[in-house]
Amino acid sequence: MELLAQADPTKGLSAVGAGIGYGAAAIGPGIGIGIVVGQAITAMARQPEAAGMVRTTMFLGIAFTEALALIGFVVFILLKFT
Amino acid sequence: MTLPFLAALHFPPIDELVNWKALALKGTPLAINKTVLLTWLGVFLTIGLYWLAGRRAKASEDLVPRGSQNVVEATVEFIRNDVILQTIGPAGLGWTAFLVTMFFFIFFLNIFECIPVIQFPVTARMAVPAFLAIVVWFIFNTIGIKNQGFRGYMRSVLKPPGVPKSLLILVVPIEFLSTLLVRPFTLAVRLFANMLAGHLLLVTFAVLCAALFTKSVMAVILPLPFAMLVLFWAFEAFIALLQAFIFTILTAVYIGGAMEPQH
Repeated sequence: MELLAQADPTKGLSAVGAGIGYGAAAIGPGIGIGIVVGQAITAMARQPEAAGMVRTTMFLGIAFTEALALIGFVVFILLKFT
Repeated sequence: MTLPFLAALHFPPIDELVNWKALALKGTPLAINKTVLLTWLGVFLTIGLYWLAGRRAKASEDLVPRGSQNVVEATVEFIRNDVILQTIGPAGLGWTAFLVTMFFFIFFLNIFECIPVIQFPVTARMAVPAFLAIVVWFIFNTIGIKNQGFRGYMRSVLKPPGVPKSLLILVVPIEFLSTLLVRPFTLAVRLFANMLAGHLLLVTFAVLCAALFTKSVMAVILPLPFAMLVLFWAFEAFIALLQAFIFTILTAVYIGGAMEPQH
Protein backbone atom coordinates (compact mmCIF):
# COMPACT_ATOMS: atom_id res chain seq x y z
CA MET A 1 0.00 0.00 0.00
CA GLU A 2 2.85 2.33 0.81
CA LEU A 3 4.42 1.54 -2.53
CA LEU A 4 1.21 2.48 -4.30
CA ALA A 5 1.01 5.74 -2.43
CA GLN A 6 4.58 6.64 -3.35
CA ALA A 7 4.17 5.94 -7.06
CA ASP A 8 3.35 8.88 -9.28
CA PRO A 9 -0.22 8.19 -10.46
CA THR A 10 -0.05 10.51 -13.48
CA LYS A 11 2.76 8.44 -15.01
CA GLY A 12 0.62 5.32 -15.22
CA LEU A 13 -2.37 7.31 -16.47
CA SER A 14 -0.34 8.84 -19.31
CA ALA A 15 0.73 5.34 -20.38
CA VAL A 16 -2.91 4.19 -20.38
CA GLY A 17 -3.90 7.31 -22.29
CA ALA A 18 -1.15 6.74 -24.83
CA GLY A 19 -2.33 3.17 -25.43
CA ILE A 20 -6.01 4.09 -25.75
CA GLY A 21 -5.16 7.11 -27.89
CA TYR A 22 -3.14 5.13 -30.38
CA GLY A 23 -5.82 2.45 -30.55
CA ALA A 24 -8.49 5.07 -31.25
CA ALA A 25 -6.31 6.79 -33.85
CA ALA A 26 -5.88 3.50 -35.71
CA ILE A 27 -9.62 2.78 -36.13
CA GLY A 28 -10.46 5.34 -38.81
CA PRO A 29 -7.36 4.89 -41.00
CA GLY A 30 -7.79 1.10 -40.73
CA ILE A 31 -11.29 1.31 -42.18
CA GLY A 32 -10.17 3.91 -44.71
CA ILE A 33 -7.22 1.91 -46.04
CA GLY A 34 -9.48 -1.13 -46.29
CA ILE A 35 -11.91 0.81 -48.45
CA VAL A 36 -9.12 2.29 -50.63
CA VAL A 37 -7.43 -1.05 -51.31
CA GLY A 38 -10.72 -2.91 -51.76
CA GLN A 39 -11.97 -0.45 -54.35
CA ALA A 40 -8.58 -0.50 -56.09
CA ILE A 41 -8.75 -4.30 -56.35
CA THR A 42 -12.26 -4.06 -57.79
CA ALA A 43 -11.06 -1.53 -60.34
CA MET A 44 -8.05 -3.67 -61.29
CA ALA A 45 -10.22 -6.78 -61.67
CA ARG A 46 -12.66 -4.93 -63.91
CA GLN A 47 -10.04 -3.23 -66.03
CA PRO A 48 -6.70 -5.04 -65.84
CA GLU A 49 -5.19 -2.75 -68.49
CA ALA A 50 -5.57 0.23 -66.13
CA ALA A 51 -3.81 -1.61 -63.28
CA GLY A 52 -0.65 0.55 -63.35
CA MET A 53 -2.53 3.82 -63.01
CA VAL A 54 -4.84 2.41 -60.34
CA ARG A 55 -1.86 1.15 -58.34
CA THR A 56 -0.14 4.55 -58.36
CA THR A 57 -3.32 6.29 -57.27
CA MET A 58 -3.94 3.61 -54.63
CA PHE A 59 -0.53 4.25 -53.02
CA LEU A 60 -1.29 7.97 -53.01
CA GLY A 61 -4.63 7.32 -51.31
CA ILE A 62 -3.02 5.03 -48.75
CA ALA A 63 -0.37 7.66 -48.03
CA PHE A 64 -2.97 10.33 -47.33
CA THR A 65 -5.12 7.99 -45.22
CA GLU A 66 -2.41 6.49 -43.07
CA ALA A 67 -1.02 9.91 -42.08
CA LEU A 68 -3.65 10.12 -39.31
CA ALA A 69 -2.66 6.77 -37.83
CA LEU A 70 1.00 7.78 -37.96
CA ILE A 71 0.31 11.05 -36.16
CA GLY A 72 -1.41 8.92 -33.50
CA PHE A 73 1.73 6.77 -33.31
CA VAL A 74 3.92 9.84 -32.87
CA VAL A 75 1.69 11.10 -30.05
CA PHE A 76 1.96 7.65 -28.46
CA ILE A 77 5.75 7.78 -28.59
CA LEU A 78 5.77 11.33 -27.19
CA LEU A 79 3.47 10.41 -24.28
CA LYS A 80 5.30 7.18 -23.55
CA PHE A 81 8.94 8.25 -23.67
CA THR A 82 9.03 11.91 -22.66
CA MET B 1 33.70 1.04 -27.07
CA THR B 2 33.10 3.01 -30.24
CA LEU B 3 33.19 0.13 -32.72
CA PRO B 4 30.48 -2.11 -31.18
CA PHE B 5 28.45 1.03 -30.66
CA LEU B 6 28.68 1.95 -34.34
CA ALA B 7 28.05 -1.59 -35.51
CA ALA B 8 24.87 -1.98 -33.42
CA LEU B 9 26.40 -4.94 -31.58
CA HIS B 10 24.95 -3.88 -28.25
CA PHE B 11 21.40 -2.83 -27.53
CA PRO B 12 21.23 0.92 -26.88
CA PRO B 13 19.30 2.21 -23.85
CA ILE B 14 15.74 3.32 -24.50
CA ASP B 15 16.42 7.05 -24.20
CA GLU B 16 18.63 6.75 -27.27
CA LEU B 17 15.47 5.99 -29.22
CA VAL B 18 15.25 9.67 -30.12
CA ASN B 19 18.77 10.89 -29.37
CA TRP B 20 22.08 9.13 -30.09
CA LYS B 21 25.08 10.12 -28.05
CA ALA B 22 27.67 12.19 -29.86
CA LEU B 23 30.98 10.67 -30.96
CA ALA B 24 32.97 13.79 -31.78
CA LEU B 25 32.73 17.55 -31.19
CA LYS B 26 30.60 16.87 -28.12
CA GLY B 27 28.51 19.71 -26.74
CA THR B 28 28.70 21.87 -29.85
CA PRO B 29 25.89 22.29 -32.38
CA LEU B 30 28.13 20.48 -34.88
CA ALA B 31 28.33 17.28 -32.82
CA ILE B 32 28.78 14.15 -34.92
CA ASN B 33 26.90 10.97 -34.09
CA LYS B 34 25.90 7.80 -35.92
CA THR B 35 23.02 9.55 -37.70
CA VAL B 36 25.34 12.17 -39.17
CA LEU B 37 27.85 9.56 -40.35
CA LEU B 38 25.10 7.52 -42.01
CA THR B 39 23.65 10.61 -43.70
CA TRP B 40 27.08 11.32 -45.20
CA LEU B 41 27.24 7.68 -46.33
CA GLY B 42 23.84 8.11 -48.02
CA VAL B 43 25.05 11.25 -49.80
CA PHE B 44 28.22 9.53 -51.00
CA LEU B 45 26.28 6.44 -52.16
CA THR B 46 23.86 8.59 -54.18
CA ILE B 47 26.63 10.65 -55.78
CA GLY B 48 28.81 7.57 -56.33
CA LEU B 49 26.06 5.56 -58.02
CA TYR B 50 25.37 8.35 -60.51
CA TRP B 51 29.03 9.08 -61.11
CA LEU B 52 29.68 5.39 -61.81
CA ALA B 53 26.64 4.98 -64.04
CA GLY B 54 27.36 8.18 -65.95
CA ARG B 55 30.99 7.19 -66.52
CA ARG B 56 29.92 3.75 -67.68
CA ALA B 57 27.30 5.20 -70.03
CA LYS B 58 29.93 7.45 -71.63
CA ALA B 59 32.55 4.72 -71.91
CA SER B 60 30.41 1.82 -73.07
CA GLU B 61 30.52 0.98 -76.76
CA ASP B 62 27.74 -1.60 -76.79
CA LEU B 63 24.12 -0.48 -76.64
CA VAL B 64 23.04 -2.87 -73.88
CA PRO B 65 23.52 -1.22 -70.44
CA ARG B 66 25.10 -3.26 -67.66
CA GLY B 67 25.42 -3.06 -63.89
CA SER B 68 24.91 0.28 -62.19
CA GLN B 69 23.92 1.94 -65.47
CA ASN B 70 21.01 -0.51 -65.68
CA VAL B 71 19.75 0.40 -62.19
CA VAL B 72 19.98 4.13 -62.81
CA GLU B 73 18.38 4.00 -66.26
CA ALA B 74 15.47 1.88 -65.00
CA THR B 75 14.85 4.31 -62.12
CA VAL B 76 15.06 7.43 -64.29
CA GLU B 77 12.61 5.87 -66.72
CA PHE B 78 10.27 4.86 -63.89
CA ILE B 79 10.30 8.34 -62.32
CA ARG B 80 9.76 9.98 -65.71
CA ASN B 81 6.96 7.73 -66.98
CA ASP B 82 5.12 6.67 -63.83
CA VAL B 83 5.63 9.67 -61.56
CA ILE B 84 6.15 12.89 -63.52
CA LEU B 85 4.06 12.23 -66.62
CA GLN B 86 1.20 10.90 -64.47
CA THR B 87 1.11 13.74 -61.94
CA ILE B 88 2.67 16.89 -63.48
CA GLY B 89 2.61 16.21 -67.20
CA PRO B 90 5.25 17.01 -69.84
CA ALA B 91 5.82 20.48 -68.30
CA GLY B 92 7.43 18.85 -65.26
CA LEU B 93 10.14 16.87 -67.08
CA GLY B 94 12.75 19.40 -65.89
CA TRP B 95 12.23 18.08 -62.37
CA THR B 96 13.38 14.55 -63.28
CA ALA B 97 16.90 15.04 -61.92
CA PHE B 98 15.69 16.45 -58.61
CA LEU B 99 13.06 13.75 -58.06
CA VAL B 100 15.37 10.87 -59.03
CA THR B 101 18.09 12.16 -56.69
CA MET B 102 15.60 12.55 -53.85
CA PHE B 103 14.19 9.07 -54.47
CA PHE B 104 17.63 7.47 -54.27
CA PHE B 105 18.73 9.55 -51.28
CA ILE B 106 15.63 8.66 -49.23
CA PHE B 107 15.84 5.03 -50.35
CA PHE B 108 19.47 4.72 -49.23
CA LEU B 109 18.70 6.35 -45.87
CA ASN B 110 15.72 3.99 -45.41
CA ILE B 111 17.40 0.76 -46.50
CA PHE B 112 20.12 1.15 -43.82
CA GLU B 113 17.40 -0.28 -41.56
CA CYS B 114 17.71 -3.70 -43.18
CA ILE B 115 21.48 -3.85 -43.69
CA PRO B 116 23.31 -5.91 -41.04
CA VAL B 117 25.79 -4.06 -38.77
CA ILE B 118 24.13 -0.72 -39.58
CA GLN B 119 20.50 -1.57 -38.82
CA PHE B 120 19.32 1.94 -38.30
CA PRO B 121 17.12 4.01 -40.64
CA VAL B 122 18.45 7.57 -40.69
CA THR B 123 14.97 8.83 -41.59
CA ALA B 124 13.78 7.66 -38.15
CA ARG B 125 15.34 10.89 -36.81
CA MET B 126 12.84 13.71 -37.27
CA ALA B 127 15.52 16.19 -38.44
CA VAL B 128 16.12 14.41 -41.76
CA PRO B 129 12.51 14.09 -43.02
CA ALA B 130 11.70 17.54 -41.61
CA PHE B 131 14.54 19.09 -43.61
CA LEU B 132 13.45 17.29 -46.80
CA ALA B 133 9.84 18.40 -46.25
CA ILE B 134 10.92 22.03 -45.74
CA VAL B 135 12.91 21.89 -48.99
CA VAL B 136 9.82 20.57 -50.80
CA TRP B 137 7.66 23.27 -49.15
CA PHE B 138 9.96 26.05 -50.40
CA ILE B 139 10.12 24.54 -53.88
CA PHE B 140 6.39 24.19 -54.47
CA ASN B 141 5.57 27.60 -53.02
CA THR B 142 8.30 29.25 -55.11
CA ILE B 143 7.01 27.55 -58.25
CA GLY B 144 3.45 28.63 -57.46
CA ILE B 145 4.43 32.28 -56.89
CA LYS B 146 6.69 32.31 -59.97
CA ASN B 147 4.13 30.74 -62.31
CA GLN B 148 0.94 32.43 -61.11
CA GLY B 149 2.13 35.53 -59.27
CA PHE B 150 1.66 35.97 -55.53
CA ARG B 151 -1.99 37.05 -55.75
CA GLY B 152 -2.90 34.40 -58.30
CA TYR B 153 -1.17 31.65 -56.32
CA MET B 154 -2.86 32.68 -53.08
CA ARG B 155 -6.20 32.78 -54.88
CA SER B 156 -5.74 29.30 -56.34
CA VAL B 157 -4.57 27.93 -52.98
CA LEU B 158 -7.15 29.56 -50.74
CA LYS B 159 -10.23 29.65 -52.99
CA PRO B 160 -11.12 26.34 -54.62
CA PRO B 161 -13.30 27.00 -57.69
CA GLY B 162 -17.03 26.42 -57.37
CA VAL B 163 -17.32 27.21 -53.65
CA PRO B 164 -20.35 29.40 -52.76
CA LYS B 165 -19.49 32.84 -51.33
CA SER B 166 -21.15 32.17 -47.97
CA LEU B 167 -18.88 29.19 -47.33
CA LEU B 168 -15.66 31.07 -48.08
CA ILE B 169 -15.27 32.17 -44.46
CA LEU B 170 -15.02 28.48 -43.55
CA VAL B 171 -13.10 27.22 -46.58
CA VAL B 172 -10.30 29.81 -46.70
CA PRO B 173 -8.80 29.05 -43.25
CA ILE B 174 -9.11 25.31 -43.84
CA GLU B 175 -7.36 25.51 -47.21
CA PHE B 176 -4.67 27.80 -45.78
CA LEU B 177 -3.94 25.35 -42.96
CA SER B 178 -4.07 22.22 -45.10
CA THR B 179 -1.86 23.54 -47.91
CA LEU B 180 0.72 25.65 -46.14
CA LEU B 181 1.02 23.99 -42.71
CA VAL B 182 -0.37 20.45 -42.69
CA ARG B 183 1.24 19.45 -46.02
CA PRO B 184 4.90 19.70 -44.99
CA PHE B 185 4.07 18.38 -41.51
CA THR B 186 2.38 15.19 -42.77
CA LEU B 187 5.03 14.76 -45.46
CA ALA B 188 7.74 14.68 -42.80
CA VAL B 189 5.77 12.74 -40.18
CA ARG B 190 4.73 10.06 -42.68
CA LEU B 191 8.31 9.17 -43.54
CA PHE B 192 9.56 9.55 -39.95
CA ALA B 193 6.79 7.52 -38.26
CA ASN B 194 6.84 4.72 -40.84
CA MET B 195 10.57 4.20 -40.45
CA LEU B 196 10.53 4.54 -36.65
CA ALA B 197 7.61 2.10 -36.35
CA GLY B 198 9.36 -0.41 -38.62
CA HIS B 199 12.59 -0.02 -36.67
CA LEU B 200 10.77 -0.63 -33.36
CA LEU B 201 9.05 -3.69 -34.84
CA LEU B 202 12.39 -5.21 -35.84
CA VAL B 203 13.92 -4.27 -32.47
CA THR B 204 11.04 -5.94 -30.60
CA PHE B 205 11.44 -9.26 -32.37
CA ALA B 206 15.25 -9.13 -32.24
CA VAL B 207 15.19 -8.51 -28.47
CA LEU B 208 12.68 -11.33 -28.03
CA CYS B 209 14.93 -13.70 -30.00
CA ALA B 210 17.97 -12.66 -27.96
CA ALA B 211 16.06 -13.19 -24.70
CA LEU B 212 14.99 -16.69 -25.77
CA PHE B 213 18.48 -17.69 -26.92
CA THR B 214 19.21 -19.63 -23.71
CA LYS B 215 19.56 -23.22 -22.54
CA SER B 216 16.21 -23.18 -20.75
CA VAL B 217 13.15 -25.02 -22.01
CA MET B 218 11.69 -21.76 -23.32
CA ALA B 219 14.14 -21.93 -26.22
CA VAL B 220 11.85 -24.34 -28.09
CA ILE B 221 9.61 -21.43 -29.18
CA LEU B 222 12.62 -19.48 -30.47
CA PRO B 223 11.95 -20.41 -34.16
CA LEU B 224 8.59 -18.57 -34.07
CA PRO B 225 9.84 -15.04 -33.29
CA PHE B 226 12.88 -15.68 -35.49
CA ALA B 227 10.64 -16.53 -38.45
CA MET B 228 8.63 -13.36 -37.76
CA LEU B 229 11.88 -11.36 -37.60
CA VAL B 230 12.98 -12.63 -41.02
CA LEU B 231 9.53 -11.99 -42.51
CA PHE B 232 9.36 -8.43 -41.12
CA TRP B 233 12.91 -7.86 -42.33
CA ALA B 234 11.81 -8.49 -45.91
CA PHE B 235 8.65 -6.47 -45.33
CA GLU B 236 10.65 -3.50 -44.03
CA ALA B 237 12.90 -3.58 -47.10
CA PHE B 238 9.73 -3.27 -49.18
CA ILE B 239 8.47 -0.43 -46.93
CA ALA B 240 11.79 1.41 -47.38
CA LEU B 241 11.29 1.36 -51.16
CA LEU B 242 7.59 2.25 -50.87
CA GLN B 243 8.15 5.24 -48.57
CA ALA B 244 10.84 6.65 -50.87
CA PHE B 245 8.39 6.27 -53.76
CA ILE B 246 5.53 7.89 -51.82
CA PHE B 247 7.67 10.86 -50.76
CA THR B 248 8.76 11.35 -54.38
CA ILE B 249 5.28 11.08 -55.87
CA LEU B 250 3.79 13.44 -53.26
CA THR B 251 6.52 15.98 -54.07
CA ALA B 252 5.59 15.63 -57.74
CA VAL B 253 1.88 16.08 -56.91
CA TYR B 254 2.59 19.24 -54.90
CA ILE B 255 4.82 20.69 -57.63
CA GLY B 256 2.21 19.86 -60.26
CA GLY B 257 -0.53 21.46 -58.18
CA ALA B 258 1.45 24.68 -57.81
CA MET B 259 2.33 24.95 -61.52
CA GLU B 260 -1.19 25.39 -62.86
CA PRO B 261 -4.13 27.23 -61.31
CA GLN B 262 -6.85 24.84 -60.12
CA HIS B 263 -9.86 24.56 -62.37
